[in-house]
Amino acid sequence: MFLINCPYCGERDQHEFKAGGEAHIERPKQPTELSDDEWAEYLFMRKNIKGVQFERWNHAHGCRKWFNMVRDTSNDQIKLIYKMGEKPPSE
Amino acid sequence: MAENLRVKSSEFIDETIRVSFKFNGKEYYGFKGDTLASALLANNVHLVGRSFKYHRPRGIMTAGSEEPNAIVQVNDNTDRTEPNVRATELEIYEGLEASSQNCWPSVNFDIGGINNVISPFLPAGFYYKTFMWPASFWEKYEYFIRHSAGLGKSPKDKDPDIYDHRYIHCDVLVVGAGISGILAAKNAAKNNLKTLLVDEKNELGGATIYQNREFNKIENQSSSDWIKKEIQELKKLNNLEIKTRTSVAAFHGYNYLLARENLTDHLEKKEKQGKIRQRLLKIRAKKVILATGALERPLIFNNNDRPGIMLSSAVKKYADFYGVVSGKKNVFFTNNDSAYESALCLHNKGIKVEAVIDIRENSGSKIVKAVNDAGIPIHWSHTIVDTKGYKKLNSISAMKLSNDGSSVTGSKIDIVCDCLGVAGGWTPAVHLFTQSGGKLTFDETNKVFLPNKYSSEQISVGSCNGDFKIKEIINNLSINLKEFLNIEKTDFDNVTVESEDDNSKRNIWLLPSDKPLGKTKPFVDYQNDATAKDIKLALREGFRSIEHVKRYTTTGMGTDQGKLGNMHALGIIADTADVKMGELGTTTFRPPYTPLTFGTIVGRNVGEYFDVFRRTPMNDWHVENKAEFENVGQWKRAWYYPINNESMHEAVQRESMAARETAGILDASTLGKIDIQGTDASEFLNRVYTNAWSKLGIGKCRYGLMLNEDGMVYDDGVTTRLGENHYIMTTTTGGAANVLGKLEDYLQTEWPELDVYLTSVTDHYATASICGPNSKKILNKIIPDLDLSEENFPHMSFKDTQIENIKCRIMRISFTGEHSYEINVQANYGKAVWEKCMEAGKEFNITPYGTETMHLLRAEKGFIIVGQDTDGTMTPIDLQMDWIVSKKKYDFIGKRSLYRSDTMKEDRKQLVGLLTDDPNIVLEEGAQIVSELNQSPVNMLGHVTSSYYSPNLKKSIALAVVRGGKNMMGKKLFIPMENKTINVTIANPVFFDTENKRLNA
Repeated sequence: MFLINCPYCGERDQHEFKAGGEAHIERPKQPTELSDDEWAEYLFMRKNIKGVQFERWNHAHGCRKWFNMVRDTSNDQIKLIYKMGEKPPSE
Repeated sequence: MAENLRVKSSEFIDETIRVSFKFNGKEYYGFKGDTLASALLANNVHLVGRSFKYHRPRGIMTAGSEEPNAIVQVNDNTDRTEPNVRATELEIYEGLEASSQNCWPSVNFDIGGINNVISPFLPAGFYYKTFMWPASFWEKYEYFIRHSAGLGKSPKDKDPDIYDHRYIHCDVLVVGAGISGILAAKNAAKNNLKTLLVDEKNELGGATIYQNREFNKIENQSSSDWIKKEIQELKKLNNLEIKTRTSVAAFHGYNYLLARENLTDHLEKKEKQGKIRQRLLKIRAKKVILATGALERPLIFNNNDRPGIMLSSAVKKYADFYGVVSGKKNVFFTNNDSAYESALCLHNKGIKVEAVIDIRENSGSKIVKAVNDAGIPIHWSHTIVDTKGYKKLNSISAMKLSNDGSSVTGSKIDIVCDCLGVAGGWTPAVHLFTQSGGKLTFDETNKVFLPNKYSSEQISVGSCNGDFKIKEIINNLSINLKEFLNIEKTDFDNVTVESEDDNSKRNIWLLPSDKPLGKTKPFVDYQNDATAKDIKLALREGFRSIEHVKRYTTTGMGTDQGKLGNMHALGIIADTADVKMGELGTTTFRPPYTPLTFGTIVGRNVGEYFDVFRRTPMNDWHVENKAEFENVGQWKRAWYYPINNESMHEAVQRESMAARETAGILDASTLGKIDIQGTDASEFLNRVYTNAWSKLGIGKCRYGLMLNEDGMVYDDGVTTRLGENHYIMTTTTGGAANVLGKLEDYLQTEWPELDVYLTSVTDHYATASICGPNSKKILNKIIPDLDLSEENFPHMSFKDTQIENIKCRIMRISFTGEHSYEINVQANYGKAVWEKCMEAGKEFNITPYGTETMHLLRAEKGFIIVGQDTDGTMTPIDLQMDWIVSKKKYDFIGKRSLYRSDTMKEDRKQLVGLLTDDPNIVLEEGAQIVSELNQSPVNMLGHVTSSYYSPNLKKSIALAVVRGGKNMMGKKLFIPMENKTINVTIANPVFFDTENKRLNA
């Protein structure tokens, strides 16, 4: 059970949070301009990395804010947590 | 009953308090402090159970939680009965009744024992190989297998006990209160760290506390005397909480641990009453110190499972701690010095030790010399090749080992004995370490897996970290503790320690016999009857992965999870397949460390507390008026209101007719309500609904359909514009929380530039919906000065008004197709307003109706229910709701997906109406629809989603999803049921008042 450091509330138990899948997949600004394949790429395709992964999390039973998390899926180490809209780290 | 084999008064056993108990129906007594195992041994009862597959007689093997054999059913035939309890952990109390598991009809005469005789025909994978074909026979086999398999009986009635949960946050958690744990906890607490110390036993001090080991001295005292003083000081510390009888079940990530605190299992019946039986501790620790100790290994040799064959350390514990004699003539069999301590301990208590059989060539340690000096014969380089005695060991045979240890030579030595203490070395208890995600390394010298890479702020100390000598334990603990806790010094930095001088051992995983392996029974997993032969067979059949061998042979799959034999299984696999043990790895250690009852896991969340439930402000009225309730999400909703023993069908028919003929009233408080404010509120609604919102006038209502990004219908509801920048959205009852979550997600992550604020107000308002031709008159009676004319208050509009002094919002919207009003008031006024409506409606015979009638009425109108007529694969086009999808809007959630090639297919399942040719037959929801009978395989076109008998139309109606149904109007189809076929015709899903005249009636 993770101990997650919500950027707004501080450290809380994992059961207060909801995982929201891969981070930094931006909704296309002009969906109608996209081909079926391009739209499908946005809609369906997600990475499932063994290793460092960028994820979205929501403090669902707390402040309800969304934020980003960098997590190593091989050992569940949370490397970094940062707010929505902030740039992901390059390394 | 006369016999009570005790050697001396033990300080841990109170011989002044006799405790009587029953085992297998026979009465015995022990003393306060005894476990069931120690009390049985004192009564000379060794045979306590039968093995799982061969039903071989089995005895008490250990003195701890690793016990594979002595598992019993406690308090059989009561509602407190519990299976799979380890006799070695069960503290006896007055009136305890326990019985053997896995034997029928009795432990002394067991019919399944025949399996032992036919065991050559029961090899590894026997069940897989035999019972899998013909597949149709499985049901017959299963009956016999389940009957003869002895996994204990679960209680039939509700658990009468109370269980509890508690959260604990601490700086340091110490698991295990042996010498390492005591010293670690004491020094943590002394350094101002909030510390929790837990141990599964009822006494602190681990093995050190009772062992009077001649060659172990701390500060020139015996180690047991020294630790007693440490414990006294420890108990004075106020920074420390100590929990005994508390077993850590699981070690999860981020130092989150679950432990079971056992509070009343050791108490007699009348003392148990009204008390919490067990408590699940949910511990979050900043740092964890694992001092879980080590488990002694058995040795794997022919017939190593007879009652009377025990771990050498267990024989010693029974003598030292419980003062119990396990055997009158003892032999020890060992590969290291541990057994000599046990031998000397018994000898010093005056118990006869016949011999020590040692597979090593020699050992020059002090303890070995002391045993030699005591006149106990030592047979070096010997191994036991066979044992005898069916229900109790009566002799062993030993032979000389060849130099390479793979065979035996010379002549047999037979020794008469009734107890054999086996010492195969020590296995560090790394279970919790690995559960937490730690990685092990294999130490070739000591043949043990040791903690290597930690996954969190934790250390393993003492013998679970591979330190077996007391000198190593104390020295390494001092170094590691200072670094881990970041402290300058410990209070045992400078103690003088003397310990054993030799730790030589010779390791042979599978000891040879004079018979070929095929004719022997060297058990590796006692509980599951897996032998070395089975493991070798699995390897011959091509299994290589340790996880596969485990499942094929069932090694390590019992309730003891192979705590004793897993290492030998690995060793035999490594030797046979010629791979290194370190490369082979281990099977996964999974929680719980020892079994937990379900009661402990669920705690107080039983019965009505299983899940939270929500009640509307009008709930009391529904109860008073005898409503039947249904669960909708967490809500308790009035389902229907039977009068005079009406059936559900009768009540619903009456309610449905009343709602259309005069007036009905529904509690709609459970609908989700989201308050939306902000300068971009209209734009936001434009983006989340399929239809357009910008032009909706203030005071007007509009129905909206919300899609997922994949184009599938997600939720629906009416949204009202309360002001320029203020809307109130309603959602489905079940979807409320998810809709809010989804809207928040888009607002926060995709469109943070929008000025919009969302607030859930579901619980803030109570909603009474009145409908029917007389609804207008009723409302007029309640609010006489409100102009209800079509001009002032038309369909799909809203008024902010008052019922006397109660502020209310009234929407003229309809889910029934009738002229209707939804009255929303602050929740506390809900019941009062409901009663006002009832009072005002009395002269019109206003009829309360529940969710079932609501569903029927809307089905007559062909209105969908998201989640009933849709299932996450229906687009608005599939629902024939093209009218609600804006062609003009550039974008909304899910729009692009409506133009994917797949969502545009003509033969998708589409929502249609369905009429039965016989108007009295009501279809079953979920029934399959076909166009051809006698087709193989049958082409299933779709299924019925909603179905009712309509009292207003006097016929059966149904909604269904049918492949290509949109273009099949009037087509005849079939619904094949178990014993009949129903003929149906595709129809318009709007069955009633197709022109919507009644809305304005």
